[in-house]
Amino acid sequence: MTDQAYNFAYLDEQTKRMIRRAILKGVAVPGYQVPFASREMPMPYGWGTGGVQVTAACLMPEDVLKVIDQGADDTTNAVSIRKFFQRTAEVATTEATAEATVIQTRHRIPEAALTKDQILVYQVPIPEPLRFLEPRETETRKMHSLEEYGLMHVKLYEDIARHGAIATSYAYPVKVEGRYVMDPSPIPKFDNPKLSNSPALQLFGAGREQRIYALPPFTHVVSLDFDDHPFEPSKAPHDCDLCGASESYLDEVITDDHGGRMFVCSDTDFCRTRREAGHVGRLGTPSQEAAE
Amino acid sequence: MNAMTETRPLLSVRNLTKRYGPRIGCADVSFNLYPGEVLGIVGESGSGKSTLLSCLAGHQTPDTGEVIFQTAQGPRDVLQMAEPDRRRLGRTDWAFVHQNPRDGLRMGVTAGGNVGERLMAVGARHYGDIREKATDWLGRVEIAADRIDDRPRQFSGGMQQRLQIARNLVTGPRLVFMDEPTGGLDVSVQARLLDLLRGLVRDLGLSVIIVTHDLAVVRLLAHRLMVMKSGHVVEQGLTDQVLDDPQHGYTQLLVSSILQV
Repeated sequence: MTDQAYNFAYLDEQTKRMIRRAILKGVAVPGYQVPFASREMPMPYGWGTGGVQVTAACLMPEDVLKVIDQGADDTTNAVSIRKFFQRTAEVATTEATAEATVIQTRHRIPEAALTKDQILVYQVPIPEPLRFLEPRETETRKMHSLEEYGLMHVKLYEDIARHGAIATSYAYPVKVEGRYVMDPSPIPKFDNPKLSNSPALQLFGAGREQRIYALPPFTHVVSLDFDDHPFEPSKAPHDCDLCGASESYLDEVITDDHGGRMFVCSDTDFCRTRREAGHVGRLGTPSQEAAE
Repeated sequence: MNAMTETRPLLSVRNLTKRYGPRIGCADVSFNLYPGEVLGIVGESGSGKSTLLSCLAGHQTPDTGEVIFQTAQGPRDVLQMAEPDRRRLGRTDWAFVHQNPRDGLRMGVTAGGNVGERLMAVGARHYGDIREKATDWLGRVEIAADRIDDRPRQFSGGMQQRLQIARNLVTGPRLVFMDEPTGGLDVSVQARLLDLLRGLVRDLGLSVIIVTHDLAVVRLLAHRLMVMKSGHVVEQGLTDQVLDDPQHGYTQLLVSSILQV
């Protein structure tokens, strides 16, 4: 590190200490939004400054880092954050979910089951689930502290009244251990069940909003719903066109301007692993896989 | 319920004072409100009637005094209550109808959602039930059932005010605070609203504290009347008595100021 002007993992040790204290508090009170003194990072707000700070505070030299953006390892956000930590922390990086010890994610939870040795770090744009219902932060904080969450159901009520079903499909509000209502970051509601009882530690960082919150391993997380309109994790009713997986979350890809489209796993690592194991989807060809 | 609890006041206010720095908001106000009673508070602008109402409803903290409410667990001083309890009271036993429906409604939420919010706030989690109850209440305030999925923005002023009333009464409160509920409405709409309010108050046996500067409103609705001037209560008594035989100079002025058509 001596030839570089950066401390390990970019942030100075006092900043990391401050962030770790916020993380510890978040772990102690699952789902509670802990304020922290978010730093300016060398990337714009909205690009994961919160997640990056949490990751920087968690990283150890022996860690193996994986960064995903919408499930993919090779998109702009993922590539730039991975490079950032390669340069500033010189940690090993990987695309394989199972090999990673720290996974920073934007908008997805990996398909492969996580283990107790992993930390999943979420990038959060808006940590306050009540934001668009009650614009006053003083009021929402009071609502959290007094457990007044009726308003959250008004939002779901509105969905059913307008669309006939709960149409919220991402950032679907959850209740943590029967206490705090939490925004799980804009993950699809398909991923919501994976939040609950996960063996991995899940940390959420919102840089612009200066909040950190956490789900310790094996935390009970329930998606809010109505008795007569229960929560349903949804996905496109297709199989992956490359690997044939029927149980993974899919992206729709437009292939031409004549209505052609294909559905592919949004988790690129999951899809690649399956294709290497010999699974072939509707549009995939075995020779392609062999070439990879 | 025995005869003893029947005669106890629902709300008992003792020496309530609120100052804004050196100025007096309202001073030394005391009164009792009995179950099923409608109390009118009248006075000119700046006489402290809205300050008094917001102190009673817990929107502002008075400097001194007691507000004792007959809760299900017996009489309790609302001002000494823990905030969670007071807020729970505010969405169960109490209701507050604002002068401007925009203050009391969520303008971006449909009529059904507005009515259902209080139900969901006290734990209703069955969409069908909430919807049914909302439809029922819209009917009771004379809003057509097919407007349930419209937002208040698309409603007229009178409809918005009726919606606000439905939203407040859906959880069956015992005490309703009203701040100029007919303000800003034209006279024919006012008349309908008053008619509706009178029916609801009678049918549900509500206790109401209604603040207004419109003497016609209190003449129609209120059993008892309190007249305020410069933060002080200058006269109180039965509505007809105060209006027909005003004793205090200010009340005489107020009564004689009504335009005769």
